[in-house]
Amino acid sequence: MPSLKDLKIRIESVKSTRKITKAMQMVAAAKLRRAQEAAEMSRPYAERFNAVMARLAASVGGSDSAPKLLSGTGSDQTHLLVVMTSERGLCGGFNTNIVKKAKTHAQELLASGKTVKILTVGKKGRDQLRRDYGDHLVGHVDLTDVKRISYADAQGIAKDILGRFDEGEFDVATIFYSDFVNVVSQVPQAKQIIPASYDEEDQDESGSTLFDYEPSEEEILADLLPRGVATAIFSGLLENAASEQGARMSAMDNATRNAGEMIEDLTIEFNRSRQAVITNELIEIISGAEAL
Amino acid sequence: MADTMQFDLVSPERRLASMKVNSVQIPGADGDMTAMEGHAPTITTLRPGILSVEGPEGGADYVVTGGFAEISSGGVSVLAERAVPKGDMTQEHLDEMIEEAQQTYTKAKEAFENEPGPVDDAAKLLSDMVAIGDEIGLSSKQPNL
Repeated sequence: MPSLKDLKIRIESVKSTRKITKAMQMVAAAKLRRAQEAAEMSRPYAERFNAVMARLAASVGGSDSAPKLLSGTGSDQTHLLVVMTSERGLCGGFNTNIVKKAKTHAQELLASGKTVKILTVGKKGRDQLRRDYGDHLVGHVDLTDVKRISYADAQGIAKDILGRFDEGEFDVATIFYSDFVNVVSQVPQAKQIIPASYDEEDQDESGSTLFDYEPSEEEILADLLPRGVATAIFSGLLENAASEQGARMSAMDNATRNAGEMIEDLTIEFNRSRQAVITNELIEIISGAEAL
Repeated sequence: MADTMQFDLVSPERRLASMKVNSVQIPGADGDMTAMEGHAPTITTLRPGILSVEGPEGGADYVVTGGFAEISSGGVSVLAERAVPKGDMTQEHLDEMIEEAQQTYTKAKEAFENEPGPVDDAAKLLSDMVAIGDEIGLSSKQPNL
């Protein structure tokens, strides 16, 4: 049975924990709003971009001269997994879910005899992958100092990936990130970026219009494909940022609630022990008086 | 009043402009072009340059780099990797862009010693950047070609 003093210390400590988690929840809520806005702002660009790419890819894709970024290297032996996670913890299962998805994917590839290379973005993912897949890690991008994700960050990562592609380090690249559905639900996603696949469904009714291309279709495609990689990474990073804050918000909300329940239980226990001590003292006094 | 069409300028980070305009002058990779209502559907890539818009409520100029423009029956949409209203362009910004182009050029020169193609492309990029500087009246550092 803990002493009164111990209980009091416990209660105080849980109370201060609750204050911290509450504050973190509120900060996450504010950041979430901003992250969501950023994600929404980027949507028109990504949508238009994909629509045009889908059209271009459909008309050029079939030919032999199609760029490697679109048609692939002709082999799928080496896979690069780009695992994008957060730089900070305390956000529930957010990082674990992404890493789990990547691990399953890696296992499947390894089982079918493929080579797997992993590039991590964000410290948390690297820490989790290092144990099982330490030999496969080929690089890491640190975004710790980045307060607000800008397109330049995505370009940097894209440049790194494209550089490796040009060197022939891998044949297929897939990015792993979490899609933001709402505050309580973030769905880990795997998206293949090299060779690029553009959905026909993005096409609008203008898909049937015949366009003039300046310069040629092939040249435009060659110019835009690397940008497509950056765009895909950028939207992945933004979705991730929103998901991270969402996950943190609900995790901290739970933590705050748990702390509240714990304080209640501890307070009841504290009151009971205090009452027991008082009763004990009274019994001692009374029996002492009776003995006289 | 001349016919107007829808004009959208979007960068990856935000939508810069969405309005009705009379004409748009686009710095295309193969040369400038002006799009007006009824222009043939065209897709062109951009070179770094000034995009100027004429509308019923006045015009606007933007500095754009990289990306493409899509002219369709519905209007003109320009997707630029970097787009800044001309008035917001600062010396530092320009310096930064020129610096970046200079690096690309230097790298290209090292990597493709005997192939003029990529080197020329990079040199063109660099001089385009410098031309922007002259156009908007900021002094650009002289490139090292």
